[in-house]
Amino acid sequence: MKQFRSFVKKEFHHILRDKRTMFILLGMPIVQIVLFGFALTNEVKNSKIAILDQSNDVSTLALRTELAASRYFDIERDLHSYKGIEEAFQSGKIRLAVVFPKNFDADLRHFNKAQVQLIADASDPNVATTLVNYATAIIMDYQDRITHDRRLPYTINTELRMLYNPQLKGAYSFVPGVMAMVLMLVCTMMTAITVVREKEMGTMEVMLVSPVKPMKIVMAKAVPYLLLSMINITSILLLSVFVLDVPIRGNLLLLIGESVLFTLTCLAFGLLISSSTASQQTAMFISLTGMFLPTVMLSGFMFPIENMPLPLRILSNIVPAKWFYYIVKEVMIKGLGFAAVWKETLVLTGMMLVLLTMSVKRFKIRLA
Amino acid sequence: MNNNIAIKAESLTKKFGDFTAVDGISFEVQKGEIFGFLGANGAGKTTAMRMLCGLSMPTSGKATVAGFDVYRQNEQIKRNIGYMSQKFSLYEDLTVKENIRFYAGIYGKSDAFIKEKTAWLIDQLHLGTEANKLVKSLPLGWKQKLAFSVAIFHEPQIVFLDEPTGGVDPVTRREFWSMIYDAAESGITVFVTTHYMDEAEYCNRVSIMVDGRIDALGTPAQLKQSFGAQSMDEVFLKLARKAVRSAD
Repeated sequence: MKQFRSFVKKEFHHILRDKRTMFILLGMPIVQIVLFGFALTNEVKNSKIAILDQSNDVSTLALRTELAASRYFDIERDLHSYKGIEEAFQSGKIRLAVVFPKNFDADLRHFNKAQVQLIADASDPNVATTLVNYATAIIMDYQDRITHDRRLPYTINTELRMLYNPQLKGAYSFVPGVMAMVLMLVCTMMTAITVVREKEMGTMEVMLVSPVKPMKIVMAKAVPYLLLSMINITSILLLSVFVLDVPIRGNLLLLIGESVLFTLTCLAFGLLISSSTASQQTAMFISLTGMFLPTVMLSGFMFPIENMPLPLRILSNIVPAKWFYYIVKEVMIKGLGFAAVWKETLVLTGMMLVLLTMSVKRFKIRLA
Repeated sequence: MNNNIAIKAESLTKKFGDFTAVDGISFEVQKGEIFGFLGANGAGKTTAMRMLCGLSMPTSGKATVAGFDVYRQNEQIKRNIGYMSQKFSLYEDLTVKENIRFYAGIYGKSDAFIKEKTAWLIDQLHLGTEANKLVKSLPLGWKQKLAFSVAIFHEPQIVFLDEPTGGVDPVTRREFWSMIYDAAESGITVFVTTHYMDEAEYCNRVSIMVDGRIDALGTPAQLKQSFGAQSMDEVFLKLARKAVRSAD
């Protein structure tokens, strides 16, 4: 126990002395949350649009006002000819052009039929689709209003309810994602690096000659990073609740418990990396490609797993972050209990145990 | 078993695949002796030493360290030896005191013991004003001396020094050796590898490894006589010339 205490104390000294790294470790989740929350959002807000109105009548004016009033669009400019559309897109400022043909209102009133053209910049297909959908919805809304008193013979009204995230906020999906990413970086990469650093420095040799059990070295390395991760989880949760208005609907203790489980999995992976590498660069490279990239790409946080080809879908199952991301979403956003995530928890526990056993086994008591 | 023997090796061998790094070496080191373990780079010194410290498993042969078997009694050996590695092995980002406390701590020494001996050691090394400074700020010579003191802080029976004076100036090297003498006087057996032939003269007995074998073993005076040489340097050169293996 005394050995263990001196060890943990030493690890804390390392972390606390290296102010820059500590600052990065503690600041990173905050920066990421703020970035994802306010800058890197995939919600479409205030997109600049152009309008080519060849009719200039009551209806086009009304639609124009509707579009401008929505929080999705800002009318950036008015165009006067078709040629102008091309130019406007090329200027890179606008994402969508709305074209009203001549006699728009007259067609609508007399023939009960009018056309509006939406031209979107599809160099970013997701944004283009989203913008077209928003614009269509606004136009449909207007149509509903003017046909209100005139009953159509058959109508099917779709009524939408967006469960768990009625405002369709991006934060609901990236908070769990950022949690997975940050824990991954702190635990896997930093643990891998600190162990390998001791190898590089030659202190590991001295340690292995001493009567300390390798298990203790491994554990002592893990303790400070576990604590650091707890601080990070706390700051992420506080920020998401108080700054991003993402509620914690489920049991907080369950959420924390699951986070500890994921942290341990990451730690075990970091230790495994460190026991198979000899230099800090290699350790960093392997943790980045082996853990960080899959976390970003295959956890479902950035790209939906359902849309991936089968091999990738299968591959995603071995990414611990996928399971953690799912658990956090279920617990935090949907407010479900342990009963809903016990299978995923079991998978994660299994991964943790396998990784931990492997890393302790590979952690060589004898160097050669 | 002779109680005066600290280390005993019999046909100790280590192979890495086809390569025989240490080729059946046999020797004995007496208690309280300063035993120099010499050899060119790549001769197999470090590998041999690692086997004795329990860092590396021998391929064949026998060895006991402090009376314990290297195959089976690893734990007991570890408890009874100190080790100073070729690479500087203190933590640069810890202070002098923290380093001492950490290494003493992993040997399970009591707080009272650590406290008392730390004060004594800092006084011995004249590090009074530096005790709470980071090791990184000390000059290399001081670091090496501190590293040695830390290696014997837990009062081991045997201390293994792997090229302890690499890159240190001659004055500090002499000071370092006077520390080694003090340690030997207090009953610690010193097993030291070195490149410096003048240091070999300081040892009670030396062995010289060539291509994984021990080609010469005896007191510096004996070796000089039997090789008809003026200095250990000459002895070493005569032996090293026979080496087939190139240095790494």
